[in-house]
Amino acid sequence: MANCQIVKLSNYTGMQHYNMNLTLKVWKQKNCKEKGKFETFQVSGISSEMSFLEMFDVLNERLVAEGKEPIAFDHDCREGICGMCSMYINGRPHGPWHQTTTCQLHMREYKDGDTIVVEPWRANSFPVIKDLVVDRTAFDRIIAAGGYISVNTGNAVDANSLPIEKQKADESFAAASCIGCGACVAACPNTSAMLFVSAKVSHLALLPQGDPERKVRAVNMIRQMDTEGFGSCTNIGACEAECPKGISLENIARLNREYIGAVFSGSMEG
Amino acid sequence: MNWKDYFSTSIGKKILVGATGLFLVIFLVVHCYVNAMVFWPDNGKHFTDAAAFMGGNPAIRIVEIGLFAAFAVHIIMSLMLWSQNAKRRSVGYAVKAGNKTSKWYSRSMGLLGTLILMFLILHLYHFWAPNRYGQFFDPTWTEGGLYKNMLVTFYPPWVVAVYLLGCFSLAWHLMHGVKSSMQTFGLATHRYKGFIKSFGVAFAIIIPLIFASMPVYLHILSHMANP
Repeated sequence: MANCQIVKLSNYTGMQHYNMNLTLKVWKQKNCKEKGKFETFQVSGISSEMSFLEMFDVLNERLVAEGKEPIAFDHDCREGICGMCSMYINGRPHGPWHQTTTCQLHMREYKDGDTIVVEPWRANSFPVIKDLVVDRTAFDRIIAAGGYISVNTGNAVDANSLPIEKQKADESFAAASCIGCGACVAACPNTSAMLFVSAKVSHLALLPQGDPERKVRAVNMIRQMDTEGFGSCTNIGACEAECPKGISLENIARLNREYIGAVFSGSMEG
Repeated sequence: MNWKDYFSTSIGKKILVGATGLFLVIFLVVHCYVNAMVFWPDNGKHFTDAAAFMGGNPAIRIVEIGLFAAFAVHIIMSLMLWSQNAKRRSVGYAVKAGNKTSKWYSRSMGLLGTLILMFLILHLYHFWAPNRYGQFFDPTWTEGGLYKNMLVTFYPPWVVAVYLLGCFSLAWHLMHGVKSSMQTFGLATHRYKGFIKSFGVAFAIIIPLIFASMPVYLHILSHMANP
């Protein structure tokens, strides 16, 4: 493979590749009990073709080489589908790009000499574990309170054996695309988790498998949401604007309908 | 079925705020319709007749009790939600998104509501309190006095300015409130959310604008009569 060359993405996209030096102000916190503070880091030689997390990798490699502690941050798939990355970048969860996770944010958004402020999700229900890593197990407990179908539905059935209206299938699929990253909570001035809960309630409520338990599910998940200490929804809409998967506020309207309907179906006892 | 449980959740409290808010919206329409009769060029006769009907109707007086109850529930529940939400983020963000992801008025409902409440206290002091006192305790009281009271009250420009500020706060409060209450009741579906948004904006502009024109009109009238 003597002729093998690394072909730059910019060759295809027409974008100009460039290197940059940046100033990072990153929240550093030892654990949930100790107070955190911002620390300033200079990073140099950052390629415009790097992802935001790769830029953090470069910084961490340098910190490790210097014998310093690297910055802790969550990440996993790095292809925008797992919901692990969770950085609040210059006042925006997942940064400035629309419907994009932090791992899919690329450094071409920034220019040489920029200062970037990076904070963890800030909500009492998401306590900081270390630096930019927060504990989002509250979401797991909300799911455990009702985000499932409690009967064994068996193996996947043959296609079209259970016809589902196209619109409902699409809405359910859109709701199911929630990756549970918590950007909705991070963006909401009230730290409300309604967009997350509504997506999880909607994707099951719209399908025949989830229909029988829909009211009880909604009530139980809302109760758990309140127990976890998330704020209430005041329909501000910042969650929808910042959701990397474009979960719609229509799901919150549906969750409200499910809750209102629950009282008439006797599901409040659930 | 446990109603206390139902209204104790965050959504339950929001439903109470939304329901009382919608009731207050209906009140605003009726109040606006009756008060708009001051524009009738008959020296307040139409308005006085309408005020006499509203003041002397026992059903309206009963609804008035409900109105005060609705105000109380709307304010108390909103304060409860606000105080709970204020404690949910102990450490705030160093950099805030501001207006990039949400409208300022949707984040300022508490402030706008407080301004409206302050205006409302002054408004009740100006008109409701003397009217009800006269109706029940003053044998010489007549409905026609309300129109004259309006002309006297709106003579000084500062009163007009305060009323305009009240209408301004009301407009922005309604701009989010009408749409938000529909969302709370789950009505903002794909099919209706466009209509709800447009209706909310139109309502938030038209009703406060009519209200705002009343003190201005009466101020001009009173100065024409007593320059």
